[in-house]
Amino acid sequence: MTLRPSFLDVIDVRKHYGAIKAVDGVSLSVRPGEIVGVIGPNGSGKTTLFNTILGQIKPTGGTVEFCGEDITGMSPLELARRGVGRTFQTLQVFGRLSVRDNLIAAAQESKGTMPGRLFARPDAGLRHRSDEMLGLFRLEHVASLPAGSLSYGQQKLIDIAMAFMPAPRLVLLDEPCAGVNPSLVDELLDLLLALNRTQGGSFVVIEHNMDFIMKLCPHVLCMVEGRVLAEGPPAALQANPQVLEAYLGN
Amino acid sequence: MTRTRLFMLAVALIAFGVLPFFLKSYGLYLLTLFCVYLMATYGLNLTVGYAGQMSLGHAAFFGIGAYHAAILLKLGWPFLLVLAIAAVACFIVGLALGFPALRVQHHYLAFATLGFNVLVFLMMRNEQTITGGTFGISAIPRPSLLGYSLDGAIPFFYFTYASTLTLVALLWWLLRSPWGRAFAALRDNPIRAESLGINITAYTLLAFAIGAACAGVGGVYFAALVGFIEPAPFHFSWSMTMLLAVIVGGSGRFFGPVLGTVIIVLLPEWLRGAQNWYLAVFGFLVVALMVWLPGGLSSIPDRFARKAAK
Ligand SMILES: Nc1ncnc2c1ncn2[C@@H]1O[C@H](COP(=O)(O)OP(=O)(O)OP(=O)(O)O)[C@@H](O)[C@H]1O
Ligand SMILES: [Mg+2]
Repeated sequence: MTLRPSFLDVIDVRKHYGAIKAVDGVSLSVRPGEIVGVIGPNGSGKTTLFNTILGQIKPTGGTVEFCGEDITGMSPLELARRGVGRTFQTLQVFGRLSVRDNLIAAAQESKGTMPGRLFARPDAGLRHRSDEMLGLFRLEHVASLPAGSLSYGQQKLIDIAMAFMPAPRLVLLDEPCAGVNPSLVDELLDLLLALNRTQGGSFVVIEHNMDFIMKLCPHVLCMVEGRVLAEGPPAALQANPQVLEAYLGN
Repeated sequence: MTRTRLFMLAVALIAFGVLPFFLKSYGLYLLTLFCVYLMATYGLNLTVGYAGQMSLGHAAFFGIGAYHAAILLKLGWPFLLVLAIAAVACFIVGLALGFPALRVQHHYLAFATLGFNVLVFLMMRNEQTITGGTFGISAIPRPSLLGYSLDGAIPFFYFTYASTLTLVALLWWLLRSPWGRAFAALRDNPIRAESLGINITAYTLLAFAIGAACAGVGGVYFAALVGFIEPAPFHFSWSMTMLLAVIVGGSGRFFGPVLGTVIIVLLPEWLRGAQNWYLAVFGFLVVALMVWLPGGLSSIPDRFARKAAK
């Protein structure tokens, strides 16, 4: 199982806001094709951990390596260019652009050079790819509507589809199920598993929905107060008395 | 674009093209002025409407273009060369003005660009040796093209009209390319855009620079049209007026500036009878429009379509 070397290595990352230790020495590693879950109570530092990995905020200490390269504190732009994608905890779509344009916008910058794109076809050669994703996420019927006019659940799907448009090597998903109705949660689960199988992507998923995490992630970390309290297979975590006390309750 | 729309567009363009035959000289002047301002407002629509930036300094670029034209045309430089120089100069200054936008947004950016406009205005007024100060620069020659003089009002109108169409067509092509989508992504959600590999620094600067270059081009035609320039038309209040044209017309809509520019060029003429009440009436109309039609005049068809769909 440990034959393949890990390609995301987070080593002792810290983020302190004055006395608040939002992230306080977290290490984790992800191997190619692996899905890692992150759980923990509200305010335990999960989103902050993502943001430090993804260059949204500079860590107070620690290092992040991707494919053997030190990417600590790199800008989101540079990370996107290296094939690291993400979704945010809150909805982040381009409201006035059509659903299709949202998807194309998500991938067009990874094709060619900036001057080249000025002379490229309007769809940047991504028509086919966007059709594929629209089909996968069942968004064909709303493809030409402005993303901002759709329901929350639909926008959530667009948001996730956008992260996968450029076929990233690693995707960090911050609460993909939040605000999504139960039937859609099952669909989302199937989708992510399918994407993992067909495109070989690796994910790190923050989620409060334990059922979802159980089915999706073979390996889970539980964060409490900025630290990793426990990690292992989800079943083991569910049986761990410390995790039960800090997060899962009875 | 559907075939009917294309047909309607062609009809509108031809109708506009034959208007000069029904107008007296002042009407023709206003028509040409309309084309001139259109170049500037189309540029501003890119900066503000498509890329979501804020600018209250557009009139400064219009002025920089106009002063370049006034000085260089009087030296006898060829028009197209002057045009290129003015566009490049404004592009570069526009890039520089884009830098504050990387750090601040919205009202802070409004003040930063407004400050820039005030600075440029003061330079135009005080650097008398170059700009002629408040006396301005007069006797600016009209260009000739391939040996054909454009002195007359009608030839100059057609020259300006063709130039405006060319500029608008270039912008249409640019906004249809992936760049246009990147600008819109920057406007709708810069943080998300950056996480998807969209170089928001480059696109922000370019949005200002391209918009500024369009204003500079408009300024060159302005100088050639009026033949005499002084600082007043480049005061920041004109930046507000241009911004108004973009917003009233429908910011981020391709044909928005057309309607908006009609309003800023023609409404003052129509309201002339109102004399001192002019500004009050104008202000009232704008407020009323923004309350009832926040999407601007060009959103009227959409609104009807939505009503019809219900
Ligand atoms: N910019 C900031 N300044 C000060 N404190 C912050 C800042 N950002 C986050 N924090 C604090 O860091 C802690 C961790 O926040 P974070 O958003 O990472 O939690 P989370 O695990 O994602 O929670 P949730 O499950 O509610 O999304 C919280 O106590 C929060 O108040
Ligand atoms: Mg969070």
